[in-house]
Amino acid sequence: MAKKPVRPARTLMVFFLGVAIAYGLVALNGSWTPSLGLDLQGGTRIQLTASSDPSEESLDEARSIIDQRVNGQGVAEAEVTTQGGNQIVVEIPGESAGELEEVVKRQAQLRFRLVACSDFSPCGSGTQTPQNPLTPSAEPTAELPEAPQSPNRPPVGFDRAADPTGEPSDEPKQDQTPSGGASPSEPSASESAPVDDVPGVDDEGFTAPVDEELAWSQAPDPAVVQLFEQFTCADDGTLQKADGTPATVAPDAPVTVPAVDDPSKPLITCEPAENNPGTDSDRPATKYLLSRSVINGTDLDSASAGVPQNEVSWVVNLEVGGDGQDAFTAISRALVGSERQFAIVLDGEVISAPTMDGLITNGQAQISGNFTESSANALATSLKFGALPITFADDATTVEEIGPTLAGNQLAAGITAGLIGLGLVMLYCLLYYRGLGLVVVASLAVAAGVTYAMVLLLGEAANFTLTLPGIAGLIVAVGITADSFIVYFERIRDEMREGKSMRVAVESGWVRARNTCLAADAVSILAAIALFIFAVGVVKGFAFALGLSTIIDVVVFFFFTKPMVSWLARFKFFNRGHKLSGLDANALGVDSINLGTAGGRA
Amino acid sequence: MGKFSRLGNELYTGEKSIDFVGRRWTWYAVSAVILVIAIGGWTIKGLNFGIEFTGGNQYTVSLPSDQANQDTADELREAVAATGIEDASSPIVTTQGDSAIVVQTEPLTDDESAEIVDTIVEVTGVDPDGDISENEIGPSWGQEVAERSLIGLMVFLVGLVLFIWAYFREWKMAVGALVAVGHDVLITIGVYAIVGFEVTPASVTGLLTILGFSLYDTVVVFDQVRNNTKNLRASRQSYAQAANLAVNQTLVRSINTSIVALIPVGVILYVSAIQLGASSLKDLSLALFVGTAAGVYSSVFIATPLVAHLKSNESEVKEAERRAKARARAEADPYATVPVFTEDMPAREETDEADEVLEEDAPVSGSSSSRRPQPGATGRGRTVPPVRRPVQESRSSGRQQPSRQSKSKRQK
Repeated sequence: MAKKPVRPARTLMVFFLGVAIAYGLVALNGSWTPSLGLDLQGGTRIQLTASSDPSEESLDEARSIIDQRVNGQGVAEAEVTTQGGNQIVVEIPGESAGELEEVVKRQAQLRFRLVACSDFSPCGSGTQTPQNPLTPSAEPTAELPEAPQSPNRPPVGFDRAADPTGEPSDEPKQDQTPSGGASPSEPSASESAPVDDVPGVDDEGFTAPVDEELAWSQAPDPAVVQLFEQFTCADDGTLQKADGTPATVAPDAPVTVPAVDDPSKPLITCEPAENNPGTDSDRPATKYLLSRSVINGTDLDSASAGVPQNEVSWVVNLEVGGDGQDAFTAISRALVGSERQFAIVLDGEVISAPTMDGLITNGQAQISGNFTESSANALATSLKFGALPITFADDATTVEEIGPTLAGNQLAAGITAGLIGLGLVMLYCLLYYRGLGLVVVASLAVAAGVTYAMVLLLGEAANFTLTLPGIAGLIVAVGITADSFIVYFERIRDEMREGKSMRVAVESGWVRARNTCLAADAVSILAAIALFIFAVGVVKGFAFALGLSTIIDVVVFFFFTKPMVSWLARFKFFNRGHKLSGLDANALGVDSINLGTAGGRA
Repeated sequence: MGKFSRLGNELYTGEKSIDFVGRRWTWYAVSAVILVIAIGGWTIKGLNFGIEFTGGNQYTVSLPSDQANQDTADELREAVAATGIEDASSPIVTTQGDSAIVVQTEPLTDDESAEIVDTIVEVTGVDPDGDISENEIGPSWGQEVAERSLIGLMVFLVGLVLFIWAYFREWKMAVGALVAVGHDVLITIGVYAIVGFEVTPASVTGLLTILGFSLYDTVVVFDQVRNNTKNLRASRQSYAQAANLAVNQTLVRSINTSIVALIPVGVILYVSAIQLGASSLKDLSLALFVGTAAGVYSSVFIATPLVAHLKSNESEVKEAERRAKARARAEADPYATVPVFTEDMPAREETDEADEVLEEDAPVSGSSSSRRPQPGATGRGRTVPPVRRPVQESRSSGRQQPSRQSKSKRQK
């Protein structure tokens, strides 16, 4: 039937080569025991305490975001629960990875702001623009080339900004800053100093119109600049007052500091020092004066970690969508070709302050910096699932090892029972299928070997952990795997009952059995994919295991069982219908079988 | 084994046949009774949701480091489970660091909580005021997890219907498969409710495993049904007969598969129920055992008869049904169609039923005819027998052989 000559031995060899490679990879990884889940092995418990008293909703929202973060990197089946009204407990199988605490805890409030001044560029140093007012006191806004739009037209991105004061921010207003000086380049600067009732931030989603901020960053308020001069940066990137205490400002000050990170005020902050031993890219901590927030993390469509082509260092790729994309395009257009910078600010700290090398209109941004693979992945994971609605107190976080939730005897009992069950299954197959039963036993053994290798490899690659339900699922998968063989063997027997010889029946039975198995396995794969994409947590882990065992079933069936049977069909023991082959007339329940010899029955 | 194999052969050829499709009302009734019991148990007893769903109480017990180990945790788990408080029947007990053990239970009343604290003090001997801190914990399986899992499930089921429709070219099979799956899942949930096992995330995965297994099994049986019913006219069967033959042909497989799938699960159930006390292993294996058995049962007794039932209204199927009936009648009594003589009888009357039977019987082919009584006498004298038997498939060679008839029958 097949045009290609059947070469079972070759297929078998290739298959075993593949298995050997898999085990080679396992050996390279060096761990020969699978990583076990929370219930069997225990793990790490991270207890986070909110710094303020959060509402139930925001605590719950934080719980689900953290859940996505810890489970977003793989299928480890971590558990996240709320506790006592202001705490979140994260339980992760295995030893705590270094970055994990940071991934969980980071608020991940991402904002794009424009750089007005920094340690390296004096304030208002938009050197490319001749109109740049060194003494900005008398410059009317409308004449700034950076704001070419008609004043009547609502600026880009403005409509998104839910103004906390309820006033349209392009309406000129008298400045209320203590300095009393007019803010010449920014008519709405007044609005950036709303008197907050609470030290927290009222409106996390605030974005300022891009063109106003572009203008402002060229010519910041003298009052703000004055405040800017008062602070210094420590090496670790914390903003300090002159006396070394952490920076604070009054709630009604015209600027904000990292601890508050009010998007509707200019921000004074730092970028941590960079120390790359052996290279000349050392850079001390840098202080920045940044504009109001122009793009918020809520506009992020996706975040991923990667290494760009022709480069060696890790970056985090961002994709800005929605209104943020328009704003980003506007920034890009204004900044391209100049030395002016914009800053990507995470939780109040500048993580990158690039210049625009080219015009970017599709919202694709990249954060490069001092990333390693794990820190880039950690940041991307934190960003991907959005910012936490609450912050956690640093000193109240505890990280502890926890023991397994199931008694130690359960794993042992489960595995013993599973092994006894497998033994019985094999015994049954041998009794019923005799010689062919050996193929079942060998196939199950091979499937078990492949599964073990995959569990080990995926434990490394996707944080796959074996939980008790997972092990039970794998044992049920034995039934499904064995079913493929049963379907095939029953087909062979049926074909032989119709008078075909064994060697013919093996091939014609294969076609039917193959279609049946592919159809049935397609259903399982469908379930695995649907649940893996949509579900979270335990169900996701289940879907992963289901998909894995189904694929292994298909692979073993196609590349081991079939060639094995084809190969065995060449032996007289099978094709002459030996009593122990399981394919004799008696076993088939017919009077005589076709021995396939030309010229009739011998 | 020999007898079983002989049975396998007879089932395959159709010599022996269990009437799965024809007696569908029996199976429907059996399933209905089981389902009523299951749903009744579910509504009356309700499901016992675990800590992961309900949240609950947490007791952190500070212990000296030589006591804060797994053995103490195991001991505590058993002691707390033994208090007889229903909501504390399967506590989660873990060590935390090397100086504490955490005990989690479902929400408790103040009295029950005090009892738990007493039990902890009894086992560990700690100071109930200073060393035990009580806390409230929220569910880790919140609304959102359940919702997302449900969305995944819905997407899967829609995909499944599309897949079955595309593969089998028959949406009624999708209905059959869905009914069978719902049947299995409901039975499993009912058993859970009646036995009173705690519903944990582990049992949810168990339920999903059953869902997958049940569909898998149904598709295997449906594949045979499709194969048998592909060409009803050629196989000279009604849809119901063909479907029934398919179920019988796959019966040996179904039995083998259920044995192979149930043995390991059964052993785990036995070991965990007999040897271990409260354990999620027991709950899980029970769900799997019941669900797997129901899965095999439903694809044979529910899914296939239901598809045949649904299809019984299609004109093509009705036609095949009518032909099969006519054929059966003609075989049972060859003279039934010979009209009784009356005075004004037309010289030659054709009943289309008889005609059709004869017309179909004329080309003899396939193996099924060899076992049936030959209709030789039926048409004698009224229709001229065919000149010669056409060439037919022979079993021995796999190619067509000319036939040779005895001399007296040959036409000269």
